[in-house]
Amino acid sequence: MVIDLDKCTGCQACMVACWTENNQPLPDPTMHREGRVIEWMKVLPVQEGEYPAVRQRLLPIPCQHCEDPPCTAVCPVFATYKNPEGLVAQIYPRCIGCRYCVNACPYTCKFFNWSAPQWPGQMAAMHNPDVSVRPRGVTEKCSFCHHRLQQAKERAAREGRPLREGDYVPACMQACPAQAIRFGDLEDPKSAVSAERHNPRRFLLQEELGTKPKVTYLSEA
Amino acid sequence: MSQPSRLESDLITPITRFSPGFFAVIGCLLVVIAVAAYAWLHQLVFGLGMTGLNRPVFWGIYITNFVFFIGISHAGTLISAILRLCRAEWRRPITRMAEAITVLVLFIGAGNILMDLGRPDRALNVLLHPNFRSPLLWDVTSITTYLTASTLYLYLPLIPDLALLRDRVPKRRWFYRLLALGWTGTPRQQHWLEVAISIMAVLVIPIAITVHTVVSWVFAMTVQPMWHSTIFGPYFVVGAIFSGIAALIIAMAVIRKAYRLEAYLKPIHFNNLAVLLLVMACCWFYFTFAEYLTTFYGNEPDEMQVFWSKITGPYAPYFWTMVACCFVVPVPILALRKGRSIPGTVIASVLVLIGMWLERFLIVVPSLINPRLPYRGGIYHPTWVEGAITAGAFAMFLLFYCIFAKLFPVIAIWEIREGQERGIPETVERLKTYLPTEGPAGAAQPATERWGVWR
Repeated sequence: MVIDLDKCTGCQACMVACWTENNQPLPDPTMHREGRVIEWMKVLPVQEGEYPAVRQRLLPIPCQHCEDPPCTAVCPVFATYKNPEGLVAQIYPRCIGCRYCVNACPYTCKFFNWSAPQWPGQMAAMHNPDVSVRPRGVTEKCSFCHHRLQQAKERAAREGRPLREGDYVPACMQACPAQAIRFGDLEDPKSAVSAERHNPRRFLLQEELGTKPKVTYLSEA
Repeated sequence: MSQPSRLESDLITPITRFSPGFFAVIGCLLVVIAVAAYAWLHQLVFGLGMTGLNRPVFWGIYITNFVFFIGISHAGTLISAILRLCRAEWRRPITRMAEAITVLVLFIGAGNILMDLGRPDRALNVLLHPNFRSPLLWDVTSITTYLTASTLYLYLPLIPDLALLRDRVPKRRWFYRLLALGWTGTPRQQHWLEVAISIMAVLVIPIAITVHTVVSWVFAMTVQPMWHSTIFGPYFVVGAIFSGIAALIIAMAVIRKAYRLEAYLKPIHFNNLAVLLLVMACCWFYFTFAEYLTTFYGNEPDEMQVFWSKITGPYAPYFWTMVACCFVVPVPILALRKGRSIPGTVIASVLVLIGMWLERFLIVVPSLINPRLPYRGGIYHPTWVEGAITAGAFAMFLLFYCIFAKLFPVIAIWEIREGQERGIPETVERLKTYLPTEGPAGAAQPATERWGVWR
């Protein structure tokens, strides 16, 4: 995934799309006060520089899907692991809720279901049927809309062709009005995301930690 | 059956006699445990949302308690094994109390992990799908090993006393007979018991050190600021022995009063343990100083955020209380001969326990409150559920200890007797081998010179 910060307007459409797509409980003021909001995709305001030259940058942060994830190594039961597609996956029915992976993640991108998830009124009837609702007591995080990848694979298999660029995009990219998010196969040298590999505006979040994130940011500054 | 000696009656009578005070204590503990059980039920029904935990403070006082209690468990086995191997004769009345603390407190430590799990019903997944890359699984492995080894190490020296109880306490004879394994005290049995105890004493030391090293690695193996530290292993072990000795001193003082064992637990025992406590206080300070100075000098921004939150920030009151309780106050008390009286050592030990609990808390929470990315900083206020369960953990430990002290002699009767009968002449002999022998110059040295009386 490539996120172009110069295009991002901070509208938070990606967050809303993510909430509905992935059946995350909608945050209310209590959850905010307690610091228990679940937001697989979040827009983090970052202050840069010192007064008077202060700049605020908005940083959309999904799970970085590290090539060397610090979270999967520490899980005692393989409930989080790097799957053959290279995504960091979660097995909700196996998770024992020790929250070790959450603490090991240097991006704080994992979330814990402190209570059973709830939806107001008829919202509960509007769940996405392709995504499981997580029970209380387990860890969850952005999956890069993995269910969409499965659907795209099935569709491609039905049509008897290999998976093509653009067959599968996550909900946040689809919703982004500024088209600041791009998505594709990093292993395909011709894909749009691979093209950004040598972009001089490119940087990674906390690259120095050696986690090799698969989310790339682009920014002029 | 011979007439019971004074030693036997002194140590067996408190086991068989139940005073109203004992029931009052048990009653109070049960009340605390009942409240904790209610709190736990509450947490089971409504989830960990009942605690003060949040994002990013995913671990709180349950993990603090876990580290603290596993630390306390180093009281026993390690201290008793080391003293046994050094043949420190003053160990005799205190080894059993120490070993009992070890075994019993391990259950409390492991229990706190269970309290912390979001899905305790799936805890056995660690056996079904074990990931041996995870430090938590190293923990499971090492704590299980330690529990097995220290239980064995507690049980072996109990056997001769169990046989004695089998002969002296008719009411619970079946129980003691079962556990005594047909001990009759023949020289052959004694020989093998001594061999077994020596093997366990040697084995248990590396196991104990591994246990707390691995507990520290749960933190140190992550890249989080002020957790990712190479000295965490030895730092945690030192802290564990430190708090373990303090817990042992308090247990000794309480039992001495409750069971009127003034003749057995003498001021000299407290004095000697106080010296050990003093040494550990200095080691603890050394490690803490090294840890914080390295962080400060490195001046890495993420680490400094955590560092300042402890030194001057919201956690400063806890930090400086910890320094006062672990070092500034106890060291002068323990360094002075007068301070090493029984009340002096007990006061120092209580302070050390408070300080060490805070130390564990300060390792777990401030690192989490200050994540690497600039999120709105977290807050953490434990709720009544966490408070009640923590109180329950302490009460549960005390209850276990009370029951243990009512089932078994808290002082090893046979070891005291052995000390009186064999220890004194043996020590004199051993002392002689340390010194040049008297007699004509050039006389042959006896063979024992080379090995001492190693047994």
